[in-house]
Amino acid sequence: MSATYVSLASSVAGQAATTLLGAVEAVLGFVAILAIVFFVAGRATGRLEKPLAVIICLGPALFLVALGLVIPAITTINNSLTNQQFLGQQKTKKVGLKNYVFAFTDPYTQQTIVRTVLWLVIVPAVAVGVGLLVALLVDRMKYASIPKTMVFLPTAISFVGAAVIWSYVYNYVTPSQPQTGLLSQVVIKLGWSNPPNWLITPPLNTFLEMVIMIWIQAGFAMVVLGAALKAIPDEVIESARMDGASGFRLFRTIQVPMIRNTLVVVLTTVMITTLKVFDIVFTINNGNFKTDVLARQMYADMFVTSQVARGSALAVILFLAVLPLVLYNVRQLRREREIR
Amino acid sequence: MSATTDPMSATSATSTDVKKPLTGPAATRAVRTAFSSPTASIVAIAIGVLWTIPTFGLFINSFRSKSDAATSGWWMFFVHPSFSLDGYRQVLTGQGGLFIPLVNSLAITIPATIIPIFVASMAGYALAWMRFRGSDAIFFTFFALQVVPLQMALVPLQQYYVHGLRIAGITVLPSPGVNGTLAQIWLSHTMFSLPLAVFLLHNFIAQLPGSLIEAARVDGASHLRIFRSVVLPLSMPAIASFSIFQFLWVWNDLLVAKTFGGSNPALQPVTARMQSLTGSYGSHLELLAPAGFLTIVVPVIVFLALQRYFVRGLLAGSVKG
Amino acid sequence: MKRNARFAAVAAGVAALATVAGCSSGGSSGTSSSAGGGGSAAALTGDCAKYQDYAGHSGKTVTMFGSILSPESDSLNSSWADFSKCTGITIQYTGSNTFESDLPVKVNGGNAPNLAIIPQPGLLAQMVATGAVKDPPAGTVKNEDNWNAAWKGYGSVDGKFYAAPMSANMKSLVWYSPKYFKDNGFTVPTTWADMMSLSDQMAGKMTGAAKPWCGGIGSGTASGWPATDWLEEVVLGKYGGQVYDDWISHKVKFSDPQIQDAMKVITDWLQNPKWVNGGVGDVKTIATTTFQNAGLPILKNECGMLQQASFYEAQWPKGTKVGPDGDVFAFKLPAVDPSIKTPVEGGGEFVTAFSDDPAVQAVQNYLSSPQWAESRIKVAPGWVSANEKVDQSLYTDPIDQLSAKYLADPSATFRFDASDAMPAAVGAGAEWTGMVDWFGSGKSSADVAKAIDAAWPS
Repeated sequence: MSATYVSLASSVAGQAATTLLGAVEAVLGFVAILAIVFFVAGRATGRLEKPLAVIICLGPALFLVALGLVIPAITTINNSLTNQQFLGQQKTKKVGLKNYVFAFTDPYTQQTIVRTVLWLVIVPAVAVGVGLLVALLVDRMKYASIPKTMVFLPTAISFVGAAVIWSYVYNYVTPSQPQTGLLSQVVIKLGWSNPPNWLITPPLNTFLEMVIMIWIQAGFAMVVLGAALKAIPDEVIESARMDGASGFRLFRTIQVPMIRNTLVVVLTTVMITTLKVFDIVFTINNGNFKTDVLARQMYADMFVTSQVARGSALAVILFLAVLPLVLYNVRQLRREREIR
Repeated sequence: MSATTDPMSATSATSTDVKKPLTGPAATRAVRTAFSSPTASIVAIAIGVLWTIPTFGLFINSFRSKSDAATSGWWMFFVHPSFSLDGYRQVLTGQGGLFIPLVNSLAITIPATIIPIFVASMAGYALAWMRFRGSDAIFFTFFALQVVPLQMALVPLQQYYVHGLRIAGITVLPSPGVNGTLAQIWLSHTMFSLPLAVFLLHNFIAQLPGSLIEAARVDGASHLRIFRSVVLPLSMPAIASFSIFQFLWVWNDLLVAKTFGGSNPALQPVTARMQSLTGSYGSHLELLAPAGFLTIVVPVIVFLALQRYFVRGLLAGSVKG
Repeated sequence: MKRNARFAAVAAGVAALATVAGCSSGGSSGTSSSAGGGGSAAALTGDCAKYQDYAGHSGKTVTMFGSILSPESDSLNSSWADFSKCTGITIQYTGSNTFESDLPVKVNGGNAPNLAIIPQPGLLAQMVATGAVKDPPAGTVKNEDNWNAAWKGYGSVDGKFYAAPMSANMKSLVWYSPKYFKDNGFTVPTTWADMMSLSDQMAGKMTGAAKPWCGGIGSGTASGWPATDWLEEVVLGKYGGQVYDDWISHKVKFSDPQIQDAMKVITDWLQNPKWVNGGVGDVKTIATTTFQNAGLPILKNECGMLQQASFYEAQWPKGTKVGPDGDVFAFKLPAVDPSIKTPVEGGGEFVTAFSDDPAVQAVQNYLSSPQWAESRIKVAPGWVSANEKVDQSLYTDPIDQLSAKYLADPSATFRFDASDAMPAAVGAGAEWTGMVDWFGSGKSSADVAKAIDAAWPS
């Protein structure tokens, strides 16, 4: 009995060691190959040097992105022009822009688009606002890691976990019964005797779901902005203070301009994440009760309800929706480069 | 927050020569004192607490029985304490324990975090400092690709792993022969993370002071050498913040692991194990609470460990005004 | 050996990362699911002799993918442990709670499992249409007669048999508390009219949040499905099998007066504000209460009855006694129209093959045999087979016995869960949404029907 236990234990440890070793081997192998490539290519000089460096630095990323994202994107555009219903369907035919026409004329999808725009405006603004506030407040604070860890915590939780957590906040039980949802409990204590059934009451429910996204994303904004704030040397702040800047003015005239670029980057990233997010809406309400957003509808069309072509059209629309963001960032970047 | 009434700032303004501000540690000390206002701390802590309450509810419920958690709020725990470690016991011991899945998760996450960092920072550097025709276009393509939902890529990518890349029936690129191994998961995560990684790291690297890079060029350093000895070390804060999130995404990922992870249940990561613990008809959803807590521990450790890389003054004196 | 293969794979992956196009040379093909030798079918002896039919594939691995999760999947693994030991075939089962969306991705990506356990005839038909499903082996076809015509039909596509049924669950049950019934002098109703008058009687006696019925259709991303079952029960119990089948094929639309009448029956029953939602609140709370929690008020005497399938047994908290004189038990939901003979709605799974490897076929044959079904029954309760050859006396659990009795009843009007047989756009989409709107937003029956009909794929 004990012998089998020992052998079991050693086999478990052995399996663990093999698995981890494989991962370490991979990382080391990867770094070793990089080192060799850098070493060999480093000997090139003269006219060859720059093109070679560009190829080495950019090649792997381009190759991987082409394989993992560009080809699927082309497939998706292609699918959006057909009448494909399920994955692997053998007979499909081209239907032109029919799926796009459907997306823009179907009243349900129209509402979905409007709601997605709402998400896109509110969530990044609030999440980045909170993240920036916390980053500023704790930037030079003692024991800063305590509040930072608290705000970061939600970011470390999977969406499934977040859904469970927030069900303990938004749960509705008739007011005469013991409450299981924190929100109901709090507002009842505050004197609102008959609170609504939060998650099925539009348009309130959409905003409550946004709160979850903000809760998750604020940690991201805080960490990245915090890193940028840290990069501002104390000397700069101190000399500004010498000049009489303090509090909000210091923040507005020195800190924000110095992290402006990072701020735009974070805002853009949160916007794109928000545009893509479907997990929250999917797991909380499955888009019911007027909470649907484009990404959820797209996911359901493609993988749940077998309407691949329609889902693909929505994906392309999502992609086009980001183009203005891209253009804005392009302009920012150009300006940045001109200054330099 | 109003520092005008702060006696410290008043003293320092009078006692220091305005033309010659403090430098080095003295400056750090002065600034730290000025910013450690109690109001700021209280506001920060208040936000922190507000952010933690929902998770705290889950934490309390992870110790309560299924029917308690379903019929009364978690705050009732303080009125009628009922304590049970049953959930944790089931999560830790169910189906052969959590040890192997944890190891698998690490084996997936570590390479899938480190590899994209190298690939992306190299690309970011090339796009930011080795200007060539088309470099802007390439950067914008990377940027725009962020929005491609990774669900779109599941089928085409899997076809590539299994059959190689075929265009019109001709194999353009043979299969890499990684089907059924962890390498397939690493590759996929790397691909999906690149647009954001290149975007974030490029923007940071582009802001590095040109003078440093110019100086190295003048000394005769090659591009690759500058990347290795100037850019990489100076990018540590950006790399640290990106790796935290890449680590988290991979750690919490279920979709990629499930799709590309092969069929051997012994190679499943924690997320897949957690999911299978919840039962066929969701009859053990209560296990999500303890399970959620156990999986959160590792990312928080990583966060705390990487925090020290957000070093102040890495670029001291060289940031453009 | 294994280490080397892993390293080769690592190297290949790394090479792909470090170099530009045209990097790797194909190299090793990773792990193959059916590696290892077959060899001749050595005679199995002793306890293993009964597996002789499946011998000759020692050392092979068969991958299986399904929606069944722990602890039920553990029972599956033990049910074929003996088979694996004797035949040398390893069965690698993986479960996923998003099985329905994962399977098409895997199959279409060229990474199909050897066997899939598909719970929806609609998904089976879709898989067959991709051309990836293999014909069943002769041994499985021979076992076809173990099931009645209805079950066989749900494992077939366009009249061709593909997949043998595996487990079966009984949907036409009403959960109640025998103790509460006894204390209050209520008797288990045997006709629809009885059930309605019992509800009235209960409603008169109950106070506070207690109501005769409770319900919950919240189920995360599948919210709404319990209500589709309610509608199916009423359609089947009011009009019988023919209308039900025509409804699945959309010859009878949701806006058809018959389906509208069936919806009216539910409006008077589970949307009746005097009768629901016991222990929770008003009618709308049905939309947000999870189906897992729906029946818990029964234990507190705050709810009289819950219509839910046999698998709801797993939801009762530990220590709840299930049985005719226990804390909870179930009775067969009576037919709405007494002239319909024992309407029984059920669900189940179908073993579908994506490989015609002999080892896979051996497993397929074994799973379609009464021998395997009996082995599974002996492992743990909470599992019923629709296989008519199975020894009924093996069932020990009272709910299993009750379910098996109706599922194997040759005179019953058996039908499979309609939403699982409808196209996914309706059965996993518009109908679920429609039900949630119907209960949660107070949308009218006519509007709900209109929205569902509009979503029917052309």
